[in-house]
Amino acid sequence: MTAVAAPIRRRKTHLLPYLLSLPALLVCIGILIPFVTAVYYSLLRFRLNMPAMKGFIWFGNYEAFLSDAEFWNTVRVSLEYTALTVGVELLFGLAIALLLQKQTRFNNFASIMLLLPLMTAPALASLMWKLMTNPNFGILSYFVQLMGVQDFKWASSPNSALFTVVLVDVWVYTPFIMILLLAGLRSLPKQPFEAAALDGVPRHFVFFRITLPMLTPYIITAALFRLLDSIQQFDIIYPMTQGGPGNTLLVFQVRAYLEFYQYTNVGRSAALLMILWAITYALSNVFIKQWLRLRERARGLA
Amino acid sequence: MEHTSLLERILRGVAVSAILAFFLFPIFWIFLMSFQTNEQVLRIPPSLFFEPTTINYTSLITGKLQTAAGSLDLAFMQNLWNSVLLSTCSVALALLLGVPAAYAFARFKFPLSEDIAFTLLSFRFAPPLLVLLPLALYFQDIGLNDTYIGLIWIYQLIALPLILWIVRGYFEDISPDIEYAYRIAGHSWLQTFTRIAIPLARPGIAAAGLLAFIFCWNNFVFALILASADKQPVTVGALAFVTASGIQYGQIAAAIVLSVTPTLALALYAQRYLVEGLSLGAVKG
Repeated sequence: MTAVAAPIRRRKTHLLPYLLSLPALLVCIGILIPFVTAVYYSLLRFRLNMPAMKGFIWFGNYEAFLSDAEFWNTVRVSLEYTALTVGVELLFGLAIALLLQKQTRFNNFASIMLLLPLMTAPALASLMWKLMTNPNFGILSYFVQLMGVQDFKWASSPNSALFTVVLVDVWVYTPFIMILLLAGLRSLPKQPFEAAALDGVPRHFVFFRITLPMLTPYIITAALFRLLDSIQQFDIIYPMTQGGPGNTLLVFQVRAYLEFYQYTNVGRSAALLMILWAITYALSNVFIKQWLRLRERARGLA
Repeated sequence: MEHTSLLERILRGVAVSAILAFFLFPIFWIFLMSFQTNEQVLRIPPSLFFEPTTINYTSLITGKLQTAAGSLDLAFMQNLWNSVLLSTCSVALALLLGVPAAYAFARFKFPLSEDIAFTLLSFRFAPPLLVLLPLALYFQDIGLNDTYIGLIWIYQLIALPLILWIVRGYFEDISPDIEYAYRIAGHSWLQTFTRIAIPLARPGIAAAGLLAFIFCWNNFVFALILASADKQPVTVGALAFVTASGIQYGQIAAAIVLSVTPTLALALYAQRYLVEGLSLGAVKG
């Protein structure tokens, strides 16, 4: 009796984890089909308005990019946007985290309040800033005028459009970096700092030699997290300017969207997104390693 | 830690206040704007003092806007309802699928387990348009285009990785010994899961659910591609609303306030768990 029951039971526990995780996986497998389709589309000459021209051209779409100034503009704008947002947010977020490091009631209140921009939908945040920078009544346009700057056109001028969307991105996502680094700062062991204080070590020395090195894993994880999102930016730029004025803000996803819906060039749009995917795939591999290390450390502390 | 001088404390206080002003001012200003008539909005210089009006909210809620040119229909409440429906159903489905999977990844080491878990995680980082654009063409073929079911399915891309990885962390933190003891007492695996594991991980499950709700609510691009006007959530609806209502700025502000209030309220309620959720379980708050 028991001799028969045992193997059955073992097989059951073998299958159990698959049974538990399979539904989640199946729901997501559906997503892999469009992914494969996207790879296929990127190798086609495929325009929705000219179905007769549809044909396999191997890497024709990609080769065309090499000599396409618009493509290089997209690469440049995306990289500029990513570098600016992640750079500013890191510095700003680290500064705020250091300011709020001490657990006082006021600091805790401030860190909770700073979550609000982060929890605002980026698309809606973009609309909020659009209202505030309206040339006729926007409060920020008014402030800028008070400071003596005439004719500052925010998102509608090619000179300041990048600045405006970066500002909105900084408003929304700086708190993300801040709360991750704040959690990191507060989880650091106390002893090195106490020892340094006892020895009268200067504070800048403590910061560069103790705080910063110990905080590095958190900084890297937060930065990679933001890099991955920022290079795919869509939610702020599209509602604000639809990629305009002209081609100033045509980052990867905005360009791919317009390529698909405005120019109905499915092949080109897919090829553009494949290039973006390759970038994010490489980045996410680096990210996941960092993220896992941090995760194990957090579990270890628990 | 070391003692700080009075001057430094004051400087720190000023810096934190300036930072709070920068991050809270836009929300505050849009909130004020939502209680202003168009004339008040357009006044130069802008003023903090005005006679508040609730006309923007009443016209949004009743769906009728009275203008000099006549009455205009507003579908904004439909957008709000869509957001509630899509986010709630997506999170419910994600919990149903994600919690058992999270338990499996936390308790059992089985072949491919890490590969499956990471595949699910990687969906969080792929460019959404890459799958959305071909998916839009497929959805048209199979009739899922512009349906709640299609949208809820796609929203799993946001909710599932989040729930899976956060809840997995919570299950890993609970010692399996209690479950073993309960099993030895003669209870089935299912009873152990529903009566021991789930109740113990409940705070984590609730936090992951709330966060997933916020992220679904805040999503923009999925519905922009896959939904038409009557299925759109607030994020897309508000944008269309700006184009449609043109110069009714007070109303746009009121629509934004109504759209962000639920997520901000939930965020304040669940703030203890946000650090862990935002880092997908990598950092504890």
